[in-house]
Amino acid sequence: MTEKQFDEQHTLEELKHYLPSQQALKDFIHHNSLHAFQHMKFYDAIFKAAGIFGFQVCLQLEEFRQLYKGGRVREDILERVISGKHGDDCVEDWKQKLIHQEYDTISQPRIGRLRHYWKKIYKLDMDNEVHPLLFRILCSFLDQGIAIDKFPVQGKSFLASIKDIEQNSFASFFKTKKARQLFLSGNYTLTSLLETIAGNAEYFEQYLFDQQFAHHGWSGFISAVEDNPHTLLDSKQTTLHELVVFELFLELDILCHKFGSNWKPLSEHVTEPPVELFEDVTKTELAEVLSLWQDAFEWSYYDSVLAGILLSQTETETVKVPSFQAIFCIDERECSIRRHIEATDPNCETFGAPGFFGVEFFFQQQGSLFYDKLCPAPVTPRFLIKESEANQQKKSELLYTKHAHGFLGGFLFSIGFGFWALYKKIQLLFRPKMSPAISDAYSHMTKTSVLTIENKDTRDVENGLQVGYTMEEMIVRAEAFLRGIGLLKTFSPLVYIVGHGSSSANNPHHGAHDCGACSGRPGATNARVMAFILNNNRVREALTKKNIEIPGETQFVGAMHDTAADVIGYYDDEQHLHAENAARHLINRHSFETALNLNAKERSRRFASINTKKEINEVRKAILNRSVSLFEPRPELGHGTNTLCIVGRREVTKGLFLDRRAFLNSYNYQTDPEGTVLTNVMKPIGLVCGGINLEYYFSRVDNIKMGAGTKLPHNVMGLFGVANSSDGDLRPGLPWQMIEVHDPVRLMVIVEHRPEVVLKAIQSTPEVFEWYNNEWVHIAALHPGEKRFYYFKNGVFQPYEPITGHVEVIGDMHEFIESAKEMETNHIADATKENLPVYLLNK
Amino acid sequence: MNQLLFLFILSPLIAFFVVLFFNNKQEKSISGIARFITALYIVAAVAAALQWGFNGFDPVSEQFLIVYKTEGFVFAIAFYYDHITAVYSITGALVFFLVVSFSRFYMHRDEGFKRFFITLLLFLTGYNLVIFSGNFETLFTGWEIIGLSSFLLIAFYRTRYLPVKNALKVLSVYRLSDIALVLVMWMMHHLTHQNVSFTQLTEAKNMAAQIQPGGMGLFIASMILLAAVAKSAQLPFTSWLPRAMEGPTSSSAIFYGSLSVHIGVFLLLRTYPFWQDMSGIKMGVILIGASTGIIATLIARVQPTVKTQIAYSSAAQIGIIFIEVALGFHVLALVHFAGNAFLRTYQLLVSPSVLNYLVHHQYFHFKPAAATAGKKWRNTLHTLSIKEWNLDSFLHRYLWMPFKWTGRKFNFLETRPAKVLTVVPAAVLVYALGSETSPLQFIQSAIPVISMSVALLLILYSFASRKSARTAWVYLLLAHFFIISGVIANRELVDWSQVSMYGSGVLLAGIAGLICLQKIHRIDKNISLNLFHGYVYERKQTALVFLLSAIGLVGFPVTAAFIGVDVFFTHIRSDQTALIVLMALCFLFIELAAIRIYCRIFLGLHKKPDHPVAYRSS
Repeated sequence: MTEKQFDEQHTLEELKHYLPSQQALKDFIHHNSLHAFQHMKFYDAIFKAAGIFGFQVCLQLEEFRQLYKGGRVREDILERVISGKHGDDCVEDWKQKLIHQEYDTISQPRIGRLRHYWKKIYKLDMDNEVHPLLFRILCSFLDQGIAIDKFPVQGKSFLASIKDIEQNSFASFFKTKKARQLFLSGNYTLTSLLETIAGNAEYFEQYLFDQQFAHHGWSGFISAVEDNPHTLLDSKQTTLHELVVFELFLELDILCHKFGSNWKPLSEHVTEPPVELFEDVTKTELAEVLSLWQDAFEWSYYDSVLAGILLSQTETETVKVPSFQAIFCIDERECSIRRHIEATDPNCETFGAPGFFGVEFFFQQQGSLFYDKLCPAPVTPRFLIKESEANQQKKSELLYTKHAHGFLGGFLFSIGFGFWALYKKIQLLFRPKMSPAISDAYSHMTKTSVLTIENKDTRDVENGLQVGYTMEEMIVRAEAFLRGIGLLKTFSPLVYIVGHGSSSANNPHHGAHDCGACSGRPGATNARVMAFILNNNRVREALTKKNIEIPGETQFVGAMHDTAADVIGYYDDEQHLHAENAARHLINRHSFETALNLNAKERSRRFASINTKKEINEVRKAILNRSVSLFEPRPELGHGTNTLCIVGRREVTKGLFLDRRAFLNSYNYQTDPEGTVLTNVMKPIGLVCGGINLEYYFSRVDNIKMGAGTKLPHNVMGLFGVANSSDGDLRPGLPWQMIEVHDPVRLMVIVEHRPEVVLKAIQSTPEVFEWYNNEWVHIAALHPGEKRFYYFKNGVFQPYEPITGHVEVIGDMHEFIESAKEMETNHIADATKENLPVYLLNK
Repeated sequence: MNQLLFLFILSPLIAFFVVLFFNNKQEKSISGIARFITALYIVAAVAAALQWGFNGFDPVSEQFLIVYKTEGFVFAIAFYYDHITAVYSITGALVFFLVVSFSRFYMHRDEGFKRFFITLLLFLTGYNLVIFSGNFETLFTGWEIIGLSSFLLIAFYRTRYLPVKNALKVLSVYRLSDIALVLVMWMMHHLTHQNVSFTQLTEAKNMAAQIQPGGMGLFIASMILLAAVAKSAQLPFTSWLPRAMEGPTSSSAIFYGSLSVHIGVFLLLRTYPFWQDMSGIKMGVILIGASTGIIATLIARVQPTVKTQIAYSSAAQIGIIFIEVALGFHVLALVHFAGNAFLRTYQLLVSPSVLNYLVHHQYFHFKPAAATAGKKWRNTLHTLSIKEWNLDSFLHRYLWMPFKWTGRKFNFLETRPAKVLTVVPAAVLVYALGSETSPLQFIQSAIPVISMSVALLLILYSFASRKSARTAWVYLLLAHFFIISGVIANRELVDWSQVSMYGSGVLLAGIAGLICLQKIHRIDKNISLNLFHGYVYERKQTALVFLLSAIGLVGFPVTAAFIGVDVFFTHIRSDQTALIVLMALCFLFIELAAIRIYCRIFLGLHKKPDHPVAYRSS
């Protein structure tokens, strides 16, 4: 056996690569839970991850079989999938295997095998001994403001702080002198500690992986804080290296405490050679069966969508000026509101664009000491937009005061305010209303405040950020934005730019409901900034030179849709609109209200506590109440059910009912024949939409390991995460209540353009191409001339003919919505029954 | 009044049984029944208070039902109503109604929706039994029910490791408190030679003072204090309270925020006439209350998680309430109780909001701390408080480890010869008891102690065992045999009806439990107690039957053995210190051992990972 070299730095980097990367919950950024495996093909990657870490990576065999029985996996599609992969001759054979064959579905992962020896040899439950204290110290160190007494040492790194305390205290975190003295002496390295505890260098890597994956939530968070200290407002200096060192010290302490000097390093007792964690996992027949099921499940839906798109194609002449235009976020929750607005006012026109609306910046709310990044997570803006003249202050809620936890304060509070708390409790149950305790999407920016958007002097810089955009910068962004969605002529007198956010109560994961293109925050500011830019005369003059002529009477209005409460708030509408537009705005607002009513009704279909058949105003009120109810763990269903992303003109999807399952990105191939704009359009798709989709996918298939589990017992840790109870590991991923109705299928991106143009666009950067080439996201091109689909597989676009011949038509929308049935259980086969297939809309 | 009082116990109990017939999907019916019952409770509690007020605020005492009666022993369900009951019932009713109303939406579509409401109704029954009780027997019944329902709600997420571990931890403290109450009843019985109702506490106190100043009275009062301290999370037991926050937020709110945790205060208030003149006990209450108030506050101040912070703050306030009770400020104590209960329930229910609220607050008011190196005393306090003043490891090390250690010394009981050999003392015992002129006459007097010791050893073995679950279970059953023998040998006259009452219940539970284990053994040959197996995932019915068997085996009020236990204790004389200690330990550990077997075999992480199984640390 050759001596395996241990490279500390390398192993730590590997660890960081594989640990879940979850930022603080306040800004929830969706990402692929298995991002570490993204360089591999989807199926190879997920089954490898399963073999190493023991994740459940797709639905269980039995669940697929039930979906098949229930008709949600179609037999014709299943056969087609099998024959496509194994040839026509093997269809019956594989079908038999898929539907009937018994498989041994139990498999033990590679992770944790070495650590198990502590228990086996020493009868020592190392995790139990170390974790509670370790988590408590980590949480105290990182705490953002729950504890009343701050960590005694501030401004130093984790280990330095602990050392400071140990040097200057009568008590110690360690039980034994030996561990404490070694720690204080500083005469150690990570490797030397490993030598003491684990023994042979061959085992070090495995030991560290076992150790850190025994609490992947905390390790992942520390690693995220190391890479991005700004995820914590009160930033802390720590590294994964420090965590590992400290954990090794606690382990050493336990060993010395329990056994004195009567113990040997772990490897002395291990007879097996070290496990090569990342060696290839042998592919089993079960894995093949599962991947066939997964394909069949996905295509059972996609095929009908592709067929529906072809069936609904009717070219309409759109020369006349629409009554108004509204640009929404591409978010799939806006899919239904757009449909309802178009139904309410058939002369209007809607668009979809990533919700940061082409303006990337940090935002500083008036009085705020911090900046919020309002653009997709990987972008680092150079600009700062500041709010001023805001006259609203968030009220404080007395019951959250820290005095309630003191000795005397607690006494006075429980005697005095205890009874007030009773009153508050009755109120929250029977009259839910907005309160300071509730996360309000509109509280991030005051409606009447002023934003510093235009920069007149480039020396105006704060903390390295330029305040506002210069004229040139505004023009560049305005042009790119309008070209991206293909809105270059026929501007309506009023164009709304509608961002979105979400209000919810008692919900530590509220950030996950906000706009994904704005780093998990409400997107109102972006809408307002872009509206301001497009209303600027000099910008318009410059645009005219570039053949984008915005008529003088046209005005842009920023707005925000609260996706939980179904409310739209408008910005700068009262003072800035000229008289005629003010009158039009009044009419349009009415249309928006009607559409919101319908949208609320459509959403209520999925909520057991709301009777869909009730009078529409009451349904709307119930939806609104839901967003401010502290007892409601599902204020909205978030991105649950997302499956599609359609990049093209609205005509492609206008005749379809897509059940809030599609990200809709407006793009006009006619204005971009060579696909130069498309390249930019496609850039955020994989990252934002694919990231959302895969986070939902993995949180759904393994809600316990990759998701956060049920919300109900969650305990807020240090204001940055949640854990179960007092001693638990941090829980990355999404809670059960958010993914319950989700169909775990990959995203299907449909682009309306010629295949070769699409291919060029996605090949522009390797990071973008990886999503598609490795099949983490499907992509198909809708050839505008041929009116047929090309599906991307193994590097080429090939024609795809849907086999679905017939798509149902919705007659009456109200009746249709009311026909929804309540789910029987939250088992996948029941919970997703109401995830509707594509329907044609009756025009 | 009588009917009204009975209603408080009976209506939740009936609702409990009715809900059993629904299935998990019928959420509206289940929560509807629970809401109806708790709304009714508010009305009844207010009506009772009004009626009591109209009748001149005089305490009402009623003996309702004599469950079992024999010479010198009466087991009666009795009620008592006074201002303490009034406050506890109205506060309780409001909290129950609000939490049930909250939970009907909050728990929507949870896999344990029905289980949650059933357990809540069980808790309501227990709570009312305690606060309306007119004697120790009634109170004790409720006390045990509260303990069991607590256990079930802490281990609500039963397929994860931490809830199960912590549920067992809390149960062990609760059980200690149960046994303290059993000893109170035992000594009270010997003191007064009758079953004392709460109206007679003053007489009992005087009697104790006459017979033996200090001794018996002091013992009773200390045990009352122990029961109250353990149940209300006072020092040195405080560390169980934050660990109990494992269930859904709303159950944590009602149990550990408000009602369950204040029940120790109730016991102190209720028994105040008995110990009000004992300055030592009063000092004890004040000292414990004050030290908990201070130390729990210190710990609360460094808690970086919201629920544990509320838990420690609440425990600190209960410490202050203890002081108020001891000083005789009972109105203040009652107001403080109600206020603290409402406040903590509210804080817990809205605890998930804290993230949004405080982060927002931070945006506008954050002041970066100056780089500091803490002062020595501050570092010390901080370190100690993060380690929770070592309370958890202290209890583990000094309370439970000695017994575990002893149990492990008897590992040879696992061997086949040992299994056979245990039959020998049993046979000898039967022989000794059976014959009038026993050749063992000379050790006759020692038989009870020997017999009880053997029982305790068997129980401790099972308690510490990491080997076969079936062996451990059988030894528990066998231990009962030795307990019975010990009690029989201790008396001249054997009342076989009592023995059969006790034995029948135990035997039934024992056999049912064994069948369950056998069933599991059939699908898994290796059901050792060395790890959690999580069989509730695939064998729900068996798990339920085994749980009933386990609580039946230990004399929980599901079989006749429950009354048997109480009667048995009366057969130990007040001067038999060794025997009473052994027997108390037997009943303490037999429950822990039986529930531990339940946890290890049926709860925790399922050992077959063909479906998502939680991380141990989650």
